[in-house]
Amino acid sequence: MDDLIKEFLVESNENLDRLDSELVKLETDPSSHDLISSIFRTIHTIKGSCGFLGFSKLEKVAHVGESLLSRLRDGKLSLNLEITSGLLSMVDAIRIMLGKIQETDQDGEETYQELIEALNRLQTVGQEPAPKSDAKSPAKEATKARPEEKAAAPAAEPPSKPGTPAAPAATSEESQSAPRGQEESRARSAASETIRVDVHLLDRLMNLVGELVLTRNQIAQYSARQSDPNLASPAQQLNLLTSELQGEVMKTRMQPISNVFDKFPRVVRDVATARGKHVLVEMDGKETELDRSLLEAIKDPLTHIVRNSVDHGIETPEQRAAAGKRPEGHLKLRACHEGGQVLIEITDDGAGIDTARVKSKAIERGVITAQHAGRMSEQELLNLVFLPGFSTAEKVTNLSGRGVGMDVVKTNIERVNGTVDLQSFPGKGTAIKIKIPLTLAIIRAVIVQSRGLRFAIPQVNIQELVRVDGEQVQAQIQSVHGVPVYRMRGQLLPLVYLSQELKLSDGAAPQRGQNEARNIVVLQANDHLFGLVVDEINDSEEIVVKPLGKQLRALKIFAGATIMGDGKVALILDVVGLAQNAGILSEASDRALEEKSAEMLAKEEDGRGQKQTFLLFSGPDDGRMALPLSLVARLEEFSAKDVEKSGGEWVIQYRGKILPLIRLEVVLEERRTRRRHGNKAIEPSSLQVLVCHDENRTIGIIVEQILDIVEDRAEVKSPSTREGVQCAVVINDRVTELIDIPAIQRIAEANRTLSSEHAEVID
Amino acid sequence: MEPSRQFCTFYLDNLMFGVSLERVQEVIRYLELTEIPLAPRVVSGLMNLRGQIVTGIDLRRRLDLPEREEGKHPMNVVIRSTDGAVSLLVDDIGDVVEVTDESFERPPETLQGKVRDVIVGVHKLDKQLLHVLDTDRACETAEPAGADGAR
Repeated sequence: MDDLIKEFLVESNENLDRLDSELVKLETDPSSHDLISSIFRTIHTIKGSCGFLGFSKLEKVAHVGESLLSRLRDGKLSLNLEITSGLLSMVDAIRIMLGKIQETDQDGEETYQELIEALNRLQTVGQEPAPKSDAKSPAKEATKARPEEKAAAPAAEPPSKPGTPAAPAATSEESQSAPRGQEESRARSAASETIRVDVHLLDRLMNLVGELVLTRNQIAQYSARQSDPNLASPAQQLNLLTSELQGEVMKTRMQPISNVFDKFPRVVRDVATARGKHVLVEMDGKETELDRSLLEAIKDPLTHIVRNSVDHGIETPEQRAAAGKRPEGHLKLRACHEGGQVLIEITDDGAGIDTARVKSKAIERGVITAQHAGRMSEQELLNLVFLPGFSTAEKVTNLSGRGVGMDVVKTNIERVNGTVDLQSFPGKGTAIKIKIPLTLAIIRAVIVQSRGLRFAIPQVNIQELVRVDGEQVQAQIQSVHGVPVYRMRGQLLPLVYLSQELKLSDGAAPQRGQNEARNIVVLQANDHLFGLVVDEINDSEEIVVKPLGKQLRALKIFAGATIMGDGKVALILDVVGLAQNAGILSEASDRALEEKSAEMLAKEEDGRGQKQTFLLFSGPDDGRMALPLSLVARLEEFSAKDVEKSGGEWVIQYRGKILPLIRLEVVLEERRTRRRHGNKAIEPSSLQVLVCHDENRTIGIIVEQILDIVEDRAEVKSPSTREGVQCAVVINDRVTELIDIPAIQRIAEANRTLSSEHAEVID
Repeated sequence: MEPSRQFCTFYLDNLMFGVSLERVQEVIRYLELTEIPLAPRVVSGLMNLRGQIVTGIDLRRRLDLPEREEGKHPMNVVIRSTDGAVSLLVDDIGDVVEVTDESFERPPETLQGKVRDVIVGVHKLDKQLLHVLDTDRACETAEPAGADGAR
């Protein structure tokens, strides 16, 4: 393809992207002369270049658009929805034609006659009907303006475009409209400070810097051994320069997230207009930068989420008015850097996700059973939308709701080591949080050894490192029916021995006695924690991730390889793959749901249920209560003075997170004696708390006293008499209430959202 | 049949083999290999070739030949492939040999098994036979990775 055409395409595509956002902006601020002028110039430039390059059909489309714009600019017309839509469809048409040019070097057969006529009609709306609306029809000023604009076109183009004729005309343009002339010269000087660089060149640079980092590591190790001052100082210098170079080269690949965000106002406008909604988009942190490959990866998932929010989340103006909200919906996009990651939040103030509808849909589609659904927490129900083939759209529109949805979003984000978190507040809106790494090429990793082989574990997967001293091994590492577990702060952590997973021969292994110290790397794979036992834990370092050859790609346990400081190759462990290999994941994620429901059913309906282990405790008014032990993560004792209040809720800082505390005497209020008050001071100096968690949420339940752990058949004697209690059972010959955690959470949630801060005291 | 008439030759268990010279990136002495747990048997490990991570394929295993003697280091014939470089581990390196079509013959019918996919045919040289390898096939593991995971 002709270089000139290639350049025209690159430039025009960039301009069109800008047009989209400018047009939408213009809609909210129709009087902005700057915006109209800028849009006008862009279209004008495209038109000018088309004429020059001989794309007559494209030129015609751009020409009518330009005429319309010139009337807008001169105030002969004022912008309305129709005109904006017309202009936007013109932009689309131009984009299609550019695509054709890219493929075939021709602007295609399609002449867009309808569009041209529509645009012509728009020009005459509100004016005296113009005869045979064509380029000549608009007011004289507009026609007069055009030739001079046409001449000025080359001036508006970046100087990289060589030898465009009619350049002298730029002077006449400048003299006639001074402010615009200045603007353009400013734009030109900015343009001369930037150059276009082939992306492959940047990729190559990045690779080379990766090599340099490795060589630097080797030299650093060598110089540390030599203790030669003549070497030490240049080695130190090399170290600094390499790090700096690495940073700068990474920056060249960084692009602001606005590249993706800027497309959204248009997307939102299109969806909102099609659905008769009114949505305002607010964007924050558009300058946040991330690696371009990642930007590419998140573009589609983000677009999907935005569409979903507008299509399903935000209600129609009537519905909003009925709900007492402002007629226009708000969609907020926020991006920022957080702890070496990029955090993207998409929040809307729509209806939120109707978990009841999710539930019925899931049951209808056979994703879950009805009994099972009844036992799921709100968050569990919400997470159902991430399952393949799930869409809650009542109506399938051409925009969204085709059932390929959030599961694709989730897979795409997870492919780049990111996470998606969905929160919904019924009637108030939905919030989606996405976290992705800054770059994929260089990561921090901890180097471990097993049987003399070194492996790198990405730091993001590591929760903590634990060393169990020799004398504690027997006490802390035990086995559950032959499966090793580690007692970590009262919780049982399944252990995986790396040497066994990798089937490494024991030959090279240091003989491990019963009381040898153990090194455990606590890893997290998809919300599941497990401990990886390795022989040694070495340093943490920056490693350059290299892909494995196709011969090894089937090994899901490795994410890639890297070259260590000593020049040898080490494999990078894929924590998710490792967990799957060890059965942690499949067991946990696939079977957990079924197990849970089976367990519930067993005690709910089946009097001859199997034996289960229960945690017995006394609740308010010394009532005997119980929970299946499997639902209790830990038992903790908190000092009462550590309890804080947040939004009418009791919370405590626990392991770096805020743990909401649920007081049974508050949520199980019906039979509560009057003397108890929800907001009275905490009496005992210490609180017994059961820490329970489901998939996403961890809660603490305050109990009076923990009584015992028993194994029993838990025969059902009577159904539940109050909310929050699943049923009454007989355990150890005494009537005991089985607590229903999801229900308790729901009640606590409802209490919290009640208006007054101590609304839970309903005496 | 390979289009090129120039072959880079090498020896395995005293047999002479050759791959198309165009596909050979370089021939180097032994480099230390990092063992890959669970990898297919023919993959002997990963090596660092000037910052490039290269998968080493043990050609003796690939061709069902007896194992190399303990302690004897193989040589590397590094092959360019669409998927990055792959190194074929061989016993010794021979010369570059130029041949014509006339000396070529397809492998005998009696050559069976997975080896038949790899050996395209032989060139009848003066003193011995040059086994011509299908370069891409030689770089494959012949079985899905992990199928024979445990060694």
